[in-house]
Amino acid sequence: MQKNSLIFSTGVFLLGVYVAVPLAIATSERFDLYYTLTAVALLSIASAGVWLTFYIGRINIGQGAYSLVGGYVSALLVTQTNMSFWWTLPIAGAFCALLSVLIGLPILRLRGVYFAMVTLVLTEVARLCALALPITSGAKGITSIPLPSALKIFGITLIPDFSSLANPKLAFYFMAVTMMVVAYAVLWRIVHSRLGHLCRSLQQNEELASSIGVNTAWLRVLAYSISSFFGGIAGAGFIAISQSIYPSSFQSTDSVNFMLNCFLGGLGYVMGPMLGTLLLYFGWDLLFSTGRFQLLIYSTLMILLMLWLPNGVLSLMDRKGDRK
Amino acid sequence: MSILLEIKGVSKRFGGLTAVNNISFHVSEGEILSVIGPNGAGKSTLFKLIASFLPTSQGEVFLRGERISNLAPHTVARKGLVRTFQEATIFRSMTVRENIIVAHHLRSRASLLGFFLDTRLAASDEAAFAESADNIIEFLGLGAIRDELASTLPQGHLRALGMAIGLATHPTVLLLDEPFAGMNHDETMHMVTLVRRLRDERGVTVLLVEHDMPAVMKISDRIVVLNFGEKIAEGTPAQIQSNPKVIEAYLGAEDAAIGL
Repeated sequence: MQKNSLIFSTGVFLLGVYVAVPLAIATSERFDLYYTLTAVALLSIASAGVWLTFYIGRINIGQGAYSLVGGYVSALLVTQTNMSFWWTLPIAGAFCALLSVLIGLPILRLRGVYFAMVTLVLTEVARLCALALPITSGAKGITSIPLPSALKIFGITLIPDFSSLANPKLAFYFMAVTMMVVAYAVLWRIVHSRLGHLCRSLQQNEELASSIGVNTAWLRVLAYSISSFFGGIAGAGFIAISQSIYPSSFQSTDSVNFMLNCFLGGLGYVMGPMLGTLLLYFGWDLLFSTGRFQLLIYSTLMILLMLWLPNGVLSLMDRKGDRK
Repeated sequence: MSILLEIKGVSKRFGGLTAVNNISFHVSEGEILSVIGPNGAGKSTLFKLIASFLPTSQGEVFLRGERISNLAPHTVARKGLVRTFQEATIFRSMTVRENIIVAHHLRSRASLLGFFLDTRLAASDEAAFAESADNIIEFLGLGAIRDELASTLPQGHLRALGMAIGLATHPTVLLLDEPFAGMNHDETMHMVTLVRRLRDERGVTVLLVEHDMPAVMKISDRIVVLNFGEKIAEGTPAQIQSNPKVIEAYLGAEDAAIGL
């Protein structure tokens, strides 16, 4: 019964993002929404990573760093080696995962606010590195990155060349949504498998977890590297759309937003960060007309929401019905 | 009986303070051994040293002849020595049954990737954990609260759950940290019976640290007495009760404190 309802809601969701949204955009002719929704999908992948670090009991305010690194890895590979964007995507993720192991090994020993403070610095460090390193061409950034080329395996074209398409915006939308669906399926599976149960044990009591034989240090690094992989592919995806990257492409504000997305959607729900990203992104845009009061109204609303719904927007579902 | 756990000249210094000074004793297979002593005698520190939650300053701990001191706590658990905690240490936002199932981690044959992909081995592991968890629930009489959230349980149940978590790892030696603290007479007697059954029915060797003298006298095969970080006596309950050094250590609390 529960399995059926899960399959049903997944089906509805997939129909919605793959069919209903494109149809709605085509009829309303609001083609600008493609860019917005593509951005939301990609940002929600980075937020999903942050959510996973919350799941092991660590507040991660440094996801922007990995998005920036992932973006640069992809941009450099595409422009310098002519590698297909599609191959740079997993490479960017893997690079970030490796990097996060090196960074995570020392800093994941910290807990609570201390870990959060260190991660907050990471984004700034990444930005300064991008400014200073010779390979990233400093503040000029890397521009006119070509659109994703065709992906061929054994001569069969799996994905066509984006520059040959009549509507690359739609193609990017499908790319981002597919990445998002896969990322959240992986996240869902992690949470519902033993790996997730162990992460929860870590979040609730690290001493007890190690007393039942869990290698807590290793598990923390594993979760953090998966989280950073998500950050890396999201960054790479973003750079493919904007066709450019600068040291300021991902900043501390973005890192904070990734974290807020998780809070807003709900830390107890796998779909929390996705909903949070959607609400935050659109909320900010909707308030654009209020001009210089935008940030004031926006922050006030955030504070009120957190007071009213400390467990996130999705906790509304638990209140009303018996669904989980 | 063969020696299972051996503590050899273990010391722990915190700066200038020697909390545990050159302590040696052993625990035989199938034994229930208690470590007692007045407040500040170094019992809890010794306990953490044995379970490797603290590094020793000197000396070593052996489990079946293999050195386990100064290893990571999870490695020690893997080798079969598992501790419980003084306070209600449980996974708060899981149910009783989920707590016990997750504690079966050491029994997994499948890898984490295997569990992620839901392989056949992983599925059979999960089924085995569930069965074993139900066994433990029955053994400890937790059936009525199996689906309760752990954070909502009263003290007595929390202590039992802590023990259930320890049991789920299938330990060779279980270290119980003050299992009777804060319990009334009936609850204590119930716990004494449980610890006995743990040894008799499940073959678990038990090392416990405790304040409650009547309970210790009742439950222990042998007792080790600490005072100011040093071992002052070791023997059967009867020997300990008549040991002048022990009586002196508890001076002020009079003979009644350790007599039954």
